[in-house]
Amino acid sequence: MDLESIVKALDLKVKSGEDKLKTEIRGGFTGDLLSDVMANSKEGDIWITRQVHQNIVAVASLKEHAGIILVHGSEPAKDTLEKAIKGGVPIMVSDLPGFELTGRIYALISKKTD
Amino acid sequence: MDEKPLYEGSFTVAGGNFDNAGEVASNIKTILKQIGLPKDVIRKVALVTYESEINIVSYARKGMIRLRVVPDCIMIEAIDEGQGIPDIEQAMQPGFSTANQKIREMGFGAGMGLCNIKSFSDVFHISSEIGKGTHLKMIIKANSTVLNS
Repeated sequence: MDLESIVKALDLKVKSGEDKLKTEIRGGFTGDLLSDVMANSKEGDIWITRQVHQNIVAVASLKEHAGIILVHGSEPAKDTLEKAIKGGVPIMVSDLPGFELTGRIYALISKKTD
Repeated sequence: MDEKPLYEGSFTVAGGNFDNAGEVASNIKTILKQIGLPKDVIRKVALVTYESEINIVSYARKGMIRLRVVPDCIMIEAIDEGQGIPDIEQAMQPGFSTANQKIREMGFGAGMGLCNIKSFSDVFHISSEIGKGTHLKMIIKANSTVLNS
């Protein structure tokens, strides 16, 4: 399943990385502690978080995540967005809270790989 | 250890400024990719250098990260000028942190950094002097052969 399908299915607002929406999502990770994300997320994951500051771009880029989804309608900070555009890291925004968004994405991904 | 390194260099890290935190780790990752090291090795080095960089930014006045790559391993040192760690055993405990509220709000300072560095390294050594700074030494083995050196 690629990013675009998730964006459409969950009506996400794409804030950056519009040209990377064909990226395949291999899995997902939900978390706001950056050390946890660094240690336990994987390449190709979609990262679900409510952190909006610019360091999330460095983490997503180091871990080669498929993209970042901000929950609960959280907008990325201005410098976060600038870094994401420059680094080609897709940032998307969902109005859903983290728990629900994670569940929905989990269902979408596992359905696809059944 | 006397073999000619594939790469040797050091990177300065400014304390207190989170704006560019992660940049050194990112540069090091690019260098290792160019050398052609296996992905899992690069993943470990990226984590170790990122956490070391964040520690310097969070707690020290300034510091540097040294990188030395030889065919069978990667040596990383993080050396900072800062307050030092009074009780290393305590600092190594998962969840222990002296981070202030600002650092925690950003999702850092959860008391995981040093533990992660240790668990992702094959060799880990830490020393610290109060009022002077902290010195980390890590070795990560590159078990698979280097592809295009």
